Amino acid sequence: MSSVLIIAEHLNGQLNQSTAKCVQFASLIKAEAIDVLVLADDPAAVAAQAATIAGVSRVLTIANAANKHALAAVYAPQIVELAPSYTHVLGPSTTFGKDLMPRVAAKLGVSQISDAMSVEDAYTFKRPIYAGNAIVTVKAPSDKPVVATVRTASFAAAASNAGPAPIEAATSSASLPKHTRFVGLQQGGGDRPDLQTARVVVSAGRALGSADAFKIIYDLADKLKAGVGASRAAVDSGYAPNDMQVGQTGKIIAPELYIAIGISGAIQHLTGIKDAGTIVAINKDAEAPIFEVADIGLAGDLFKIVPELMQAI
Amino acid sequence: MKILVGLKRVVDYTVRVQVKPDGSGVAIDGVKMSINPFDEIALEEALRLREAGKATEVIVVSIGQQSSMQQIDTGLAMGANRGILVKTEKPIQALTAARVFAKLVEKEQPGLVILGKQAIDDDASQTGQMLAALLDLPQATFASKVEVDGQVARVTREVDAGLETIEVDLPAVITTDLRLNTPRFIKLPDIMKAKSKPRETLELASLGVEAGDHLSVTHYAPPPKRQKGVMVKDVPELVAALKAKGLL
Repeated sequence: MSSVLIIAEHLNGQLNQSTAKCVQFASLIKAEAIDVLVLADDPAAVAAQAATIAGVSRVLTIANAANKHALAAVYAPQIVELAPSYTHVLGPSTTFGKDLMPRVAAKLGVSQISDAMSVEDAYTFKRPIYAGNAIVTVKAPSDKPVVATVRTASFAAAASNAGPAPIEAATSSASLPKHTRFVGLQQGGGDRPDLQTARVVVSAGRALGSADAFKIIYDLADKLKAGVGASRAAVDSGYAPNDMQVGQTGKIIAPELYIAIGISGAIQHLTGIKDAGTIVAINKDAEAPIFEVADIGLAGDLFKIVPELMQAI
Repeated sequence: MKILVGLKRVVDYTVRVQVKPDGSGVAIDGVKMSINPFDEIALEEALRLREAGKATEVIVVSIGQQSSMQQIDTGLAMGANRGILVKTEKPIQALTAARVFAKLVEKEQPGLVILGKQAIDDDASQTGQMLAALLDLPQATFASKVEVDGQVARVTREVDAGLETIEVDLPAVITTDLRLNTPRFIKLPDIMKAKSKPRETLELASLGVEAGDHLSVTHYAPPPKRQKGVMVKDVPELVAALKAKGLL
């Protein structure tokens, strides 16, 4: 029987929704136990949030000043110490999980399944390769621990209305390295809905032409109460910050409504939005690849269309 | 110090990869192959560090068939000092690659290993982190800025929340993100000069590395197709279509 350990992602006392997505993934493995591990300097608030996720058997916490920031080299030994009690160790396929989980896998001497998008059975998963142009079915050996990161865009978040599950404080005897030190975090800021969890996302590409031009995108997003994304080209050109990037090497998102404005639709961008409910594309070029995936397409000048749309909503 | 850089031979990023109809793999015979774009960025960063006097030697490493020597050649033409091809006929997974790099690190004792954050073929994003774990070294992944000051590197990382800066003691493993730098173009004289640079070939089997290829891929499928969409002719039609779907 399977038992799953999920490493909770959190920042500033807030549990990231990616944890509930991992719980949803774990429930598909039909594990007999799903434990969530919270590593933090003060885990109480985050643990309390994790304990209400439906399907969680237990929340384990390790409180340590060294755990104040999610440093992979510091978290990994603590996870490795607990791992022998579990058949599966999971993290989200976010920068948090992508940084951390391979370190755990290597210490456990196993391969990792990155960006798992479906559960076929407890040891068989599907995942995207070649920027999502191929989906492979991958089988992990059943005599070794499974370490995987969960593609959050492919799963609903398990409901937060349960329990609460028991919270147990654990201690670690693992020796923690001092060779990696947190210096600072410059956050995107603003009180727009988070790009990874927003129901509606408005996204823009290099066609906007400048960081100033992005104002019309932010205004439209505000009107729609939407998150804001950007293509890699727009971020590279300095029109938007890196944490807005959507695509193969940025964020993979699945909003109900994705409005792509002035985005041509390169393969690498499309892989970031393939699971969106409805994709709307606005682009001057009627032949742009984005129209191949758009549910609703409008060819025309975005600088005329966007203001008109603002008026019409 | 020496810097070790990994260069993976991958399908060029411009190629639209197709799945074979029988689901046994992807159809990549005869397609354009290139250095993984993130690895080019890794090499560029290593070269800049050497040019700034922070490193003395840049060694490029590729793991694969003889054809991967083409990527070594390109790396040497870009400016690396020497190249190592670890030859193996079958594709390997990240854990095996990490174990190979670990052996090379033990041999060469570099101050930095710089790898791409992910390969654009398998999109696994594991090798750098695994290598760091195997050798108990610090890791600084998704780097968008690297500053080396003596035995310490200060690295800014692109994370979901924004930009995180960490400090790592050397030796360390860094994986590169897209905005770290723009790789230089190769000029013809560089290609000629590179012909005489040292290239070493090692057989993977001779390294004493325990294979870590535990995952078996049983099937390849194309991505699920989205239903065909509609084109609207103006904003009122767009708004109507969104309202009809209950989205506005």
